[in-house]
Amino acid sequence: MTVASPAPHKMSARGVSVSYGDKQAVKDVSIDVDMDKVTAFIGPSGCGKSTFLRTFNRMNDTIASARVTGEITLDGEDIYSPDMDVVQLRARVGMVFQKPNPFPKSIFENVAYGPRIHGLASSKTDLEGIVERSLKRAGLWDEVKDRLSDSGTALSGGQQQRLCIARAIAVDPEVILMDEPASALDPIATAKIEELIHELRGRYAIVIVTHNMQQAARVSQRTAFFHLGQLVEYGETDNIFTAPREERTKDYITGRYG
Amino acid sequence: MAGPQEHTVKAFDQDISQLRALISQMGGLAEQAIYDAMKALQRGDLALAKTVRKKDKQIDAIEAELEKLIVRVIALRAPMADDLREVIAALKIAAVIERIGDYAKNIAKRVPMIHAEGEERIEAVSILPAMGQLAADMVRAALDAFSARDAVAAAEVHASDTALDDFYDSIFRTLVTFMVENPRTISQVAHLLFVAKNLERIGDHATNVAEMVYFAATGQYLAEAEAGESSGS
Repeated sequence: MTVASPAPHKMSARGVSVSYGDKQAVKDVSIDVDMDKVTAFIGPSGCGKSTFLRTFNRMNDTIASARVTGEITLDGEDIYSPDMDVVQLRARVGMVFQKPNPFPKSIFENVAYGPRIHGLASSKTDLEGIVERSLKRAGLWDEVKDRLSDSGTALSGGQQQRLCIARAIAVDPEVILMDEPASALDPIATAKIEELIHELRGRYAIVIVTHNMQQAARVSQRTAFFHLGQLVEYGETDNIFTAPREERTKDYITGRYG
Repeated sequence: MAGPQEHTVKAFDQDISQLRALISQMGGLAEQAIYDAMKALQRGDLALAKTVRKKDKQIDAIEAELEKLIVRVIALRAPMADDLREVIAALKIAAVIERIGDYAKNIAKRVPMIHAEGEERIEAVSILPAMGQLAADMVRAALDAFSARDAVAAAEVHASDTALDDFYDSIFRTLVTFMVENPRTISQVAHLLFVAKNLERIGDHATNVAEMVYFAATGQYLAEAEAGESSGS
């Protein structure tokens, strides 16, 4: 065949379901995630959006009762295949959590840890370069460059979250998953994270789970609405917030839910 | 989560109800202004014409009130989806109704000129009320469509504008003929031409309201929807 195939999706989920014991948290969800795009998952508490997000780098593996069925691919490769190196996967698909969780180590070590264990730096100078570049991309460099040996936990909440983002991008991931990355932060720190997401978009595929619909509207290009474990609607963010197709989406985003 | 839903924040529902009430009130006044202006014109009722001009201030006042309400709703409630479309449509509709009120006022202003003392009664006056009726009906239908969020009714109002345009063309020809035959009446009949033009403009504005109602109800633009339909069939 000489016909060029359409641009492949960075990650694709097909018929993904997740159960915790008897309880099915995610039901038959299919979705595609692309480079240069921010995809937002929205929905009420317990709708399965975070559980679904965690299937993208197999974070649910750590929960004994969780069972994932269906297929998820990264560059066309099944991430649940037995050949998949999960440590490698999580370097390619990084994650940022709701509560900033820096290691109880220096700022420098927080960022340097990943590249070092993954063997990404060939020398000390090289490693320092990676740390500086990562902190710059995370918009934190100017605030911490003179105190890299201070503990990461001594930073403010917003700075800690940007440190965690720097840590995630230090291993040069392709996809970044963010689970409520700004919900524990004040509005200024939130705005900084949102600005950062905007800047990072060109380099990575970003998936963000958020309860804050205005935030989803501000930072994402695509929005997926989940309800009771199902994907109700997935489309361009512009359309979801101005003229959603589904009644359930409309009721949720206009504040009529429940 | 099925069925007609109220907002979890009840005050938001109150804001929306108030917004709709103000639009209907404003629309009712504009509609009445058209009827009264045409009645004043037909009967040469200068007192009624004066009332129409005075009452226009009420329409302006409601427009100002609506604008404040809408700014507040956008700032405090951050409306989304159909709420957002309705609020934006209401803002635009308020401005359009204000214009419609101005046209009615302008018709009322011409009544004394048309019925100047000592002037003979112009026969041509009798053909305008039917056009006035049609224009006022369009305004009412467009506003009813807004209250009911009825996209189908809105599309009908949109389609009925052609009838009003035809009316205008026909009255224009009649009035020009009348002027040719009765040159002494030219200045009075020229005012009637403006009355007809004002009614035609009112129809255009009612059509604009209908377009906004359609957008608020469906999230689609009427022109695009119609283009899509004709290319699809």
